[in-house]
Amino acid sequence: MAVLRWLRRHLVVLAGLGTLGYLILPNLVVLVFSFNKPNGRFNYAWQRFSADAWADPCGVADLCGSLGLSLRIALWATAGATVLGTMIAFALARYRFRARPAVNTLIFLPMAMPEVVMAASLATLFLNMGIRFGFWTILIAHIMFCLSFVVTAVKARVMSMDPRLEQAAQDLYASPAQTFLRVTLPIAAPGIAAGALLSFALSFDDFIITNFNAGSTVTFPMFVWGSAQRGTPVQINVIGTAMFLIAVLCVLGGQLLSGRRKRS
Amino acid sequence: MTQTSGGDVRLSGISKTYGSFTAVHPLDLTVPAGSFFALLGASGCGKTTTLRMIAGLEDPSAGTVELDGRDITALPPYKRPVNTVFQNYALFPHLDIFENIAFGLRRRGIKTVKKQVEEMLDLVELGPMARRKPTQLSGGQQQRVAVARALINHPQVLLLDEPLGALDLKLRRQMQLELKRIQTEVGITFVHVTHDQEEAMTMADTVAVMNGGRVEQLGAPADLYENPGTTFVANFLGTSNLIEAEVVTAGGDDLLLTAGGSKLRLPAGRCRATARTGGTVLAGVRPEKISLAHAGDAGTIADGRNRLTGRIAHAGFLGVSTQYVVETPGAGRLAVYEQNVERDARLAPGAEVVLHWNPAHTFGLDASQDIGAGADTGEETA
Amino acid sequence: MTTATEAPPPASADAPGGRARGTRKRLVPYWLLLPGILWLVVFFAAPLVYQASTSVQTGSLEEGFKVTWHFAAYWDALGAYWPQFLRSVGYAATATVLCLVLGYPLAYLIAFKAGRWRNVVMILVIAPFFTSFLIRTLAWKTILADGGPVVGVLNSLHVLDVTSWLGLTEGQRVLATPLAVVCGLTYNFLPFMVLPLYTSLERIDPRLHEAAGDLYARPVTTFRRVTFPLSMPGVVAGTLLTFIPAAGDYINAELLGSTDQKMIGNVIQSQFLRVLDYPTAAALSFILMAAILAMVTLYIRKSGTEDLV
Repeated sequence: MAVLRWLRRHLVVLAGLGTLGYLILPNLVVLVFSFNKPNGRFNYAWQRFSADAWADPCGVADLCGSLGLSLRIALWATAGATVLGTMIAFALARYRFRARPAVNTLIFLPMAMPEVVMAASLATLFLNMGIRFGFWTILIAHIMFCLSFVVTAVKARVMSMDPRLEQAAQDLYASPAQTFLRVTLPIAAPGIAAGALLSFALSFDDFIITNFNAGSTVTFPMFVWGSAQRGTPVQINVIGTAMFLIAVLCVLGGQLLSGRRKRS
Repeated sequence: MTQTSGGDVRLSGISKTYGSFTAVHPLDLTVPAGSFFALLGASGCGKTTTLRMIAGLEDPSAGTVELDGRDITALPPYKRPVNTVFQNYALFPHLDIFENIAFGLRRRGIKTVKKQVEEMLDLVELGPMARRKPTQLSGGQQQRVAVARALINHPQVLLLDEPLGALDLKLRRQMQLELKRIQTEVGITFVHVTHDQEEAMTMADTVAVMNGGRVEQLGAPADLYENPGTTFVANFLGTSNLIEAEVVTAGGDDLLLTAGGSKLRLPAGRCRATARTGGTVLAGVRPEKISLAHAGDAGTIADGRNRLTGRIAHAGFLGVSTQYVVETPGAGRLAVYEQNVERDARLAPGAEVVLHWNPAHTFGLDASQDIGAGADTGEETA
Repeated sequence: MTTATEAPPPASADAPGGRARGTRKRLVPYWLLLPGILWLVVFFAAPLVYQASTSVQTGSLEEGFKVTWHFAAYWDALGAYWPQFLRSVGYAATATVLCLVLGYPLAYLIAFKAGRWRNVVMILVIAPFFTSFLIRTLAWKTILADGGPVVGVLNSLHVLDVTSWLGLTEGQRVLATPLAVVCGLTYNFLPFMVLPLYTSLERIDPRLHEAAGDLYARPVTTFRRVTFPLSMPGVVAGTLLTFIPAAGDYINAELLGSTDQKMIGNVIQSQFLRVLDYPTAAALSFILMAAILAMVTLYIRKSGTEDLV
């Protein structure tokens, strides 16, 4: 009976932890199988332990090339989407103008559109205009779908900012340009950073839109997709795990740093 | 802290309209250099808009703002020798206290700010807090930072927008004295916006009572309190008993009035309304000016005092004083504040009493006004 | 000192010199919007319009395509691929419901129960994002492999017998069945449910729970009458963020399903990239877009949350 009561009291926590397990399980599998030495071309069944893949993560043709390309595209897409998105967010948060509802709709639609639809329509445009698929078409597409997410993140932050802070700056002899650089931008920075981080993650991990607009260029997700057909090298597990660990370490490091700063 | 000479502020025909809504009707106002000036009114009366037009944060729809004889209407806020202590302080959350205070100096290109900032921190007694962030400070400390951040620039005029609104009562009282001390010390002109009549009266040399985008009355606190010009001022500043009375005889030094069968006298010089025999005026008297006597002692009341009879409806004991509400047949419900010096045990709810006061404390107002104007808004606390 | 007096009414509403400055000020938002909006118009809106025209073209890759107002593409597409359409909606709806059921306790846990572990749990929810979702989806191939531990346990508990009877699995297999695809979809879009749910739950003042308890509501009633209604914005946002991408997805069906689990995304992809039948691909994606927009609009109307952006 006591067990039953305990179960009932902690039902929510147990269910939540169960879901958390469901979310992390694949990452654990990826981690474990990065130490596998499969017999065939596919790394789906456990054979025996080996650290070979970790010793030589670039040991598969084109793998690290595609990884580098994905990182490069993600960086440029992040930069582009962050700049353009921040500008739109400021316009929406700070000004009243007639086209507002139209602009809001145009920002919302890409987020409410299945990726296949955007992918196919953009590719149709490129095809018919005779534009060669490659780095540039991928970059254009990525900036397009990251833009809305940056706008949403930055807008929320700017809207919640007390307008009196900017007035106070002006009252304290800061010109409009100084006010923007010294007050508005630093306070909006967390929103901009969140939007940029989201852009980077979305762009780096995008497959569907890239697949339609890449031509013969191969990004990292496309490499993984291809390998699912031809044979999955252990190295993709190594890279997946490494990315996961780097992300966790970065977040933990940031937490520790801000925690220490708060205490001092 | 070096002495800074304050400047006088002159508003001429200044007004502000938003579409069809008029926040501030055209008004002329002069704030003398070095004075502590308060704009008092309920929320939405136009006091903050007026202040923001002086700061340059709001463009006036018409009229001019002059500072020391110089027209500054077209100057943007960052070019005006005027600083503001904002409502809720508007401290920069991303900068520490030191940098918040140094902000204005740095924007004007001053490189060595350390000494001045430290002096300022000492003035507001926040020296050890220099490297904290605003969120790590209490409300009172944040308020002092906001004052320091503005004062360090030696503005000719310091504008304060409800600076004490977010503090609790005790701290508010303390900061009122503190601000008054700083103002006397630095000699800067202070323009203070508040909805708290007590705050305005304690601190300011001159109070302008605003209502509906207009200045209702302007003067020294005691003058406003003793001689309110409108029912709004009478009710908003403290409490007033306003009695609708008929004029029996006009002319002479005193007007003779009658209210509910009782005769009242009103000094003609204290009557703001043009009184004709047979017309009506509002006779006002402050609750603390009225004395209460039990009906049995009516005979002991000196001659020549205004008197009304009634029955105590409610008595509230406040320690220093007792507040009575007395139901009178001709003049409605009246408030009476009695000091608790020698309490008469018979003065309990239900007791028949006589209210009496010196006729010189009666003031007269135009009866065509709303008798309850300003009575509810005065109770508002932020 | 003067008292307040009425001044003559102003001749013009604008202060002199304010007009030119005002015009320039009014243009500022448009300059800020211009580059980003242009980008969206050229690379998002225009392609959609262009695609609409493609869908009514006829021709072939060799001869070129012409607009012939050939609406037949729509009828042909619907006639040929309606099972995939239905399957997409069915799988996406199931996955969305599963995400809500699974995600709600987790979001609740982070918002109210995690205490000082909150940040750790948050990191665990977000960090998997950094491993490419394709790699993680492939991991499900291992987890659900024939004869693997998961299938073994489900089999011994006779769960697979029930799911086979329901038509969700086939025999002793989970891979290459609807269950595997729905499982993959649920997994992939679960964080998109958890994060908005968490955001709206976190805003709820925990004192409201105490107040409800104080007013004689039992925990279940408190949840039904207070917590859940207050988390509605998160529920709406979460279900949209899950359903929309799930309905257009083809990765899970491709990697975890067989030809019998193909969704509409798979069809569009193969028509476009392999068959090179652009009009059909265009018509299909247009139908998908219209269907989803219609459903989303209806849903938002019904749930009464219009301010999603």
